[in-house]
Amino acid sequence: MSRVLTIARLTVLEASRRKLLLALAVLTVVVIVLTSWGFSRLPTMKDVTPAEVRLAASQLTILVAFMFSGVLALGSTLVAAPSIASDIESGIALAILPRPIRRSELLMGKWLGLAVLVAVYAALSGLLEMFGIWLGTSYLPPNPVAALAFVAAEGIVLMSLALLLSTRLAPMTGGVIALVLFFVAWIGGIALAIGQAFANDTIINIGVGSRLLIPTDGLWHGAIFYLEPSEVLAAARAAGRARAGNPFFAESPLPFAYLAWVAAWLLAVLGLANWSFARRDL
Amino acid sequence: MEAADAASLAVHTQDLAKRYGKTVALSGLTMSVRRAEVFGFLGPNGAGKTTAVKLLVGLALPTAGEGWVLGAPIGDLSTRRHLGYLPELFRYQGWMKAREVLGLHCELSGMARSEWQKEIAIALDLVGLTDRADDKVEGFSKGMQQRLGLGVALLGRPELVLLDEPTSALDPVGRHDVREIIRQLKARGTAVFLNSHLLSEVEQVCDRLAVVDHGRVIATGTMAQILGQDGAVRVRVTGLSPVSRAGLQGYGNLEDEGEWLTFRGLAAERVPDLVGEIVRQGGRVYAVEPRHETLEDRFLQLLKDQQA
Ligand SMILES: Nc1ncnc2c1ncn2[C@@H]1O[C@H](COP(=O)(O)OP(=O)(O)OP(=O)(O)O)[C@@H](O)[C@H]1O
Ligand SMILES: [Mg+2]
Repeated sequence: MSRVLTIARLTVLEASRRKLLLALAVLTVVVIVLTSWGFSRLPTMKDVTPAEVRLAASQLTILVAFMFSGVLALGSTLVAAPSIASDIESGIALAILPRPIRRSELLMGKWLGLAVLVAVYAALSGLLEMFGIWLGTSYLPPNPVAALAFVAAEGIVLMSLALLLSTRLAPMTGGVIALVLFFVAWIGGIALAIGQAFANDTIINIGVGSRLLIPTDGLWHGAIFYLEPSEVLAAARAAGRARAGNPFFAESPLPFAYLAWVAAWLLAVLGLANWSFARRDL
Repeated sequence: MEAADAASLAVHTQDLAKRYGKTVALSGLTMSVRRAEVFGFLGPNGAGKTTAVKLLVGLALPTAGEGWVLGAPIGDLSTRRHLGYLPELFRYQGWMKAREVLGLHCELSGMARSEWQKEIAIALDLVGLTDRADDKVEGFSKGMQQRLGLGVALLGRPELVLLDEPTSALDPVGRHDVREIIRQLKARGTAVFLNSHLLSEVEQVCDRLAVVDHGRVIATGTMAQILGQDGAVRVRVTGLSPVSRAGLQGYGNLEDEGEWLTFRGLAAERVPDLVGEIVRQGGRVYAVEPRHETLEDRFLQLLKDQQA
């Protein structure tokens, strides 16, 4: 276990020494300041009622959360996809693995380090952004913490997939595959919503299948639900088919069975990654 | 060989084999390295030297056969505490300082934290990097990186050090330093497994060696055993007819270079007979030089025999 922590610490240290953390922090602060300023303009618009400000703020919050979840997913993929592969390519792993450390300890150490980075980034940037929105509009989503937890989980899921690919594929290849799967899952989620609105079983099955195979979009919908005020939910329910295919709407929280599925999926991906790495000739 | 016997050896392998797809990298390696001995592993490019070392340190998985390192089956986790390894393609975290890389390896090998500083200082001193210890590795030259790799391999008083072409990037001073380091290691009881195709290097430091080609050991033993007992003699002679030259074949494997004739595999006590015979044939002898066969001659000969 202590060796897992050693590698995790090394992973975080590398991200910080290579100025990844600094670059992310600066960009994120700039984005948060700009968006907060934008939000603060909402109540100053002409003839606007507080209810309208609240509605607009809630929708814009979901959009901003989508942007952050995208940054997190793409960013963690770009960091995870080369992590094992480039250590093997460059030869760094050749010096480390003959030490008394299991390959699984190296892999899980990398995973833990990256997971901590993803979680900390999601928490810090999310809370800061919501604070900025609250300052400008007095709007706070119903459950920010739960929403951020789902955003972080989405990043961790995609990062784990990229890590699995990186045990066998070149950094570039693994990264591209993970990103393509991420976007396919997003489209799959839209297909699911359309299928449900028009009660088309074939499209529903395709959508459900994509949500099970790549749970990123499923988790994103888990996050959306906790960002929707009750009046938005009520209005959307009344609208019926008109909301079909809106990728920024979730009607209900994720069922427990789906959360259990995601946990099992994650365990399976990590198990597969360990199995694949253990059998690789370096 | 039983595992119990293997415990007294630094390395023992039995029919160890490795295939990459259709490529046979190592086909049945059987050999032993004793403790506190310097063992040279020689062979041309692609012979399987690096593959053999990677199998021993657990970086690659054998397709057949068995091996023991320091008495434990290869890959055993706790034994690795006592191994030092310098890879052929060495690279270390460029964003770290040399001292930090060494610290990381101290930590990974499970060394007590109180010993790190001393161990790191010793390693830095041995490889001559003390004054660059706090520089980032990415700014190191290739030779300095190889020195760092050597320092990493020497951390924590290992019982077996495996060096895969440790001098490939070093200047003549560095090569000399490496030979000195290897001698010191041997003196303190560390076994050294040295992969190389620099024959002079192997000749100078190794107690025993194995010559590999196409994944098989084609000769093994001490330097004297590999070189053979019978020496060679070079004679500078004029005035011999081609027929008489040919007639001298019986004295040994004759190599005719004009004035110089080299007889290989000639026992020392027959040299006077040879000279007498040349004189009898009308030859005028200017010089007779015993010639020690070099490892290079022997190496090339072994590879040639192999192809025949
Ligand atoms: N990862 C690999 N995949 C496929 N073939 C490999 C791999 N590693 C080694 N080989 C093959 O195995 C054989 C032995 O290679 P190895 O690297 O062990 O040679 P070597 O004796 O170390 O050579 P050199 O003196 O050039 O370092 C070669 O034919 C090589 O092509
Ligand atoms: Mg090699």
